[in-house]
Amino acid sequence: MTGTELLTGASPSIQALAVIGVVLLEAIVLYVGYGAVEEAVGSAVLDRLANGR
Amino acid sequence: MIGSFAATELLGLAPEMIGLFVAFGFMVGVFFGFFGMGGSFLVTPALLILGYPAPVAIGSSMAFVFGTAAIATLKHHDAGQVDYKLGALMFVGITLGIELGSRLVFGLEVLGIANVVVGVAYVLLLAAIGVLFTRSALDTDDEDAGDNGEVGDGGEDGDDDEAEDDEDEVPAIARKIQSYEIPPMVTLADGSRASLWTISGVGGGVGLVSGFLGVGGGFVRMPAIYYVIGTSLAAAVGTSLFGGLMSGAVGAFTYGRAGVIDLGIVTALLTGSALGARIGSSATAYVDEEDVTIYFGLMLLVASAAVGIGELSAWLSMPILDRLSFVLLIGSALLVCAVILYHGALAVRRTRGVPGSARSGE
Repeated sequence: MTGTELLTGASPSIQALAVIGVVLLEAIVLYVGYGAVEEAVGSAVLDRLANGR
Repeated sequence: MIGSFAATELLGLAPEMIGLFVAFGFMVGVFFGFFGMGGSFLVTPALLILGYPAPVAIGSSMAFVFGTAAIATLKHHDAGQVDYKLGALMFVGITLGIELGSRLVFGLEVLGIANVVVGVAYVLLLAAIGVLFTRSALDTDDEDAGDNGEVGDGGEDGDDDEAEDDEDEVPAIARKIQSYEIPPMVTLADGSRASLWTISGVGGGVGLVSGFLGVGGGFVRMPAIYYVIGTSLAAAVGTSLFGGLMSGAVGAFTYGRAGVIDLGIVTALLTGSALGARIGSSATAYVDEEDVTIYFGLMLLVASAAVGIGELSAWLSMPILDRLSFVLLIGSALLVCAVILYHGALAVRRTRGVPGSARSGE
């Protein structure tokens, strides 16, 4: 799966920008998503790890 | 079954390959989060060993670097540790360097020797960095009673203790370089001054390495900003990540125009690395970096040998060597990742849990 499927028929530069846009979007979603998960369960995981249970 | 088929269709990869890339991305993320570098230069060799052509391996790695650096820069931006002016000034050099590096790769591809040349370059690069890290760790062990404030990325220069005492201190060698005032001079965010030639030279050199090898270049860029341009260590780390973001963007654009970036690989790697980076960066609050630096150095040496064996496999047409090479690369990364997580778990127990419960483990 290369970036060329994203915008078929578009110029190579536009396709390359689309690839960069998709990766940036993925990065932001993952940053926010994992941040929310860390906020929700991070402390509980550390406590569990600390107490060995 | 339907779900896995849909995922296969979505990313263009077999389910086991998705799992492999997510797991590998996780390990790379742990290294990146813990050491502030060290992820991307494992990705290209892994893809080469898996049989991807050099442009695909490098292009996908550059796009992965871009995503990882974007996440890391977001974190350092919040801490105010990014010198955007310096990053922007490095941009031209980085762009030219990457363009030159990628032209070199595509030229070698036409000659049919891109995989061999990039592979050999990786063998040398991984071995050199591995030796630096291992020696640095052994030197630290010898000194033992030395200060604990040392920060690992710059740790290769064990003699320059002046620079390592204070994170805000500019190293002596950087002050010496700054004293040669070659115009035009520019004022950096922290008030220090550097020649635009030095900044462009650092940007160009790092860009060339990035474009040729498909790496973020953080292992070169961060020390170069710190030791050559001369900023505080915190600003060097933050600005280096911003530089990685630009390198990754320019590299992804360059290779993306050629249509050689595999988005499935990038997505799977990013999914793992974003989680691993969070865990790795949290581990820095608990684990003494010096405890695991030697493992990291040894892993790089094993990775160097793995890439070398992979090259041999192609020359000798012995698939068993390819398998050995892959097992060595993944196995060593897995081992070091496990060491970091193990030390992290012990340290969490020691600092947050029942007193004494962890000490028995050490």
